[in-house]
Amino acid sequence: MKPFTRLDARAAPLDIANVDTDQIIPARYLKTVERTGLGKGLFAAMRYEADGTPKPDFVLNQPDYASAGVLIAGDNFGCGSSREHAPWALLDFGIRCVISTSFADIFYNNCFNNGLLPIVLPEDEVRSLMDEARGGNHVFSIDLEAKTVTLPSGRVVSFNLDAGRQEKLVKGLDAIGETLQHVSSIDDFEAQRRLTQPWVAA
Amino acid sequence: MTGKTLYDKIWDAHRVAEDANGETILYIDLHLIHEVTTPQAFAGLRAAGRPVRRPDRTLAVADHNVPTINQAAGTGAVADDEARLQLQTLERNVAEAGIEFFPMGDVRNGIVHVVGPEQGRSQPGMTIVCGDSHTSTHGAFGALAHGIGTSEVEHVLATQTLRQRKAKNMRVWFDGEPAPGVGAKDFALALIGLIGTGGGTGSVIEYAGPAIEALSMEGRMTLCNMTIEAGAKAGLIAPDAKAFDYMRGRPAAPKGAAWEAAMTYWSSLFSDPDAAFDREIHIDTAALSPLVTWGTSPEDVVPVSGNVPDPADAPNAARATQIQRALDYMGLTGGQPISEARIDRVFIGSCTNSRIEDLRAAADVARGRKVAAHVSAMVVPGSGLVRDQAEAEGLDQILIAAGFDWREPGCSMCLGMNPDKLVPGERCASTSNRNFEGRQGPGGRTHLMSPAMAAAAAIAGHMIDMRDLPLVDGVA
Repeated sequence: MKPFTRLDARAAPLDIANVDTDQIIPARYLKTVERTGLGKGLFAAMRYEADGTPKPDFVLNQPDYASAGVLIAGDNFGCGSSREHAPWALLDFGIRCVISTSFADIFYNNCFNNGLLPIVLPEDEVRSLMDEARGGNHVFSIDLEAKTVTLPSGRVVSFNLDAGRQEKLVKGLDAIGETLQHVSSIDDFEAQRRLTQPWVAA
Repeated sequence: MTGKTLYDKIWDAHRVAEDANGETILYIDLHLIHEVTTPQAFAGLRAAGRPVRRPDRTLAVADHNVPTINQAAGTGAVADDEARLQLQTLERNVAEAGIEFFPMGDVRNGIVHVVGPEQGRSQPGMTIVCGDSHTSTHGAFGALAHGIGTSEVEHVLATQTLRQRKAKNMRVWFDGEPAPGVGAKDFALALIGLIGTGGGTGSVIEYAGPAIEALSMEGRMTLCNMTIEAGAKAGLIAPDAKAFDYMRGRPAAPKGAAWEAAMTYWSSLFSDPDAAFDREIHIDTAALSPLVTWGTSPEDVVPVSGNVPDPADAPNAARATQIQRALDYMGLTGGQPISEARIDRVFIGSCTNSRIEDLRAAADVARGRKVAAHVSAMVVPGSGLVRDQAEAEGLDQILIAAGFDWREPGCSMCLGMNPDKLVPGERCASTSNRNFEGRQGPGGRTHLMSPAMAAAAAIAGHMIDMRDLPLVDGVA
C-alpha cells in the first residue's frame, strides 16, 4: 500500500448527508474482478445524465474541482454496503482524503486498508472547510504526521486520529503481513479451540 | 466487577492477540464468501503466494449477480459478460483453495445470509464475517456477525483472523404486544426511524425484551439483518430454545455428544444481569403500525396510513433541503398521503425477507386475490431449499394464481446488479433493506416494507395497510 504522508490537492465540497456507498459506486460497476478502473463509476448517478453526458452542476464536473484530491462531505459518509469498491472508486478518480463529521464503520475501515485518509471534524469546522473550498483557491494541504489541514486562507486545522491508524497510513503497512507475525498465537488459539469447542473446530 | 454483555463474551472468547497499535486480532469461526467481493482478495493472495488458512471454515455461494431464471443452464449461460466472468472466477478460486461451494442451480445455493443459517453453519457464539454488510443477519443466533471489505476478506482468508477494535454496547429493548400485521420488519424500520442511519455507528446492538423472545428465528434474522441500516457494527440476540430448535438436525449442526456440549456452551451466551450498556433504547411494539419508507434513506419511515413529510415543517433548513431532495427523487409531494403513490413493481425477496415465513406471509395475503393490472410483482425465494419448501406447501401455486412471478433464488432486485432491476421512474414496494437512490436500478424508487405489506401493495396497486384490503369471500 502506498504510504500517505502529505497531500496538497484541491478540495471539492459535496454538501450532502448520508452519502451511501451505492451513491459512491452503484452496484452495476461491481461486476469487476479488478481493483482499478472504478473511477469512471464514481458518483455515477449524480455525475452523469442517463445518456452518459456529464451533469454540469455536479461539483466534480466543474473545472475547478475536476482534479480534486480531497472531498468534503456531509454527515455519515459511506453508509450502507460494505463494498470496498467505494474507496477504490474514490482513489481511482484521484481522491485520497475525505473530510466529514462522521463516517460509517465499514467504509471507515476500508479506507485505512487502501491508503485513503478519512478525517473527522466537528460540524462547524466541516462547514467552514466547505466555505473555503468554495472560495477562489481550493488547494488544501494535509500533513498526516502533524495531523493538520492547512486551508487556502492559511488557517491550520488539527484533527484527531489514533496512532495505530495513523501509522498504518504513514507507513503503508501490509495488515496481513503484520498479522502473520502472530501466526504462532493463531496456531495456539486453534489448538485450544479444538479442545474447548470441538464442534466448531471439527 | 460488572457483568459482561453477550458481545463482551463473544469478543473475549475470540481474542488471539493484542497488537501494539490498539487493534485486537480476533479469531473468525466462519467466513462466508460470494462472487462480488472476493475476486480481488484471491488475486491478492495469489500475488503474495499466501494460501487460504482454513478452507473448512469458509463457505461460498453465488448470489449477487445470478439471474433468477434458468439457473440450471449454469454460469456458462449467464448473458452478462462481466457477471459470468465474476461467477466463473469464484468457481476457479474455491476449487483451487478447496472451499465448500454451492454453485448456481444447486438446491443448497441461495443468498449467503439465508444459506449460512439454513445449513447450520452459522451457530451461536461464533464470529462470522462476509464481504457483505448484511452479515449482521447471523446475529439472530447469538453470533457476532458483521460485514467486511475485500481487503479484510483477504486478511481472513490468509489468517482466519481480523484486526478489530472493540465497539460500544447498545441494547434495544422491545416490549409490548404488536398488533396483527406488525412484525420484525416494522421493528427494524421503527428503530432506524428513531435513531437514524448513523444512530448505531460504533456500536454493537443487542436486541432483547419480550417482543424479541416472541419473534421467530426468521423474524430475528430480519431484524438483525437491518441493523447495518442503523449504522451499527452488528446486531445480536441471545440464543434461546427457539434458536437451538432451529439449529437441531441441520447439516452442519453438531451431532450427538457434540450437540450436548455445544448446547451447554450456547446456554451461557447471554448478557449478565449486571452488564452495563453504553446506550439503551426502548421501543413499545404495541404502539407500532405497519411502516413503509417514503424517501431515499431507511430512516425515512412513515406509517402506511400516514403522510410524507412536508419540507416546510422541517426543524431546520438543512433537513428541509434533504427532505425536498428525497421527495424530488421519489416523485412525491410533501404532505401527501403515502397511500396515494401508485406502485409499478413489487419485489418480495432479499436477505431481509426471503425465508419460508416471509413467503407464507405474502401467500396469506395473496390467497384468492389478484395482483393489480398495472403492477408487475415477483417473489424470489432466498435459497433453493426455501423454494422447495414453499412449493411443497403450495405457496408457489397461491402466488402464481394471484399473478406473482415465481423465481429462482438470488439477491435479485435488492441491489440492481443482475437482470432484475427497476427502470428509471418505476416505483417499487420492496421487502429489501435499502431505498437508496438507484439501489434497485438507476432512477428506481424504492419503498421498504414487510412481505405482507408488499403483497398487499401488489394487490391494491398502491401502498395500503393489509388489514384494509377487501375481504376474499368474507375471509380476511
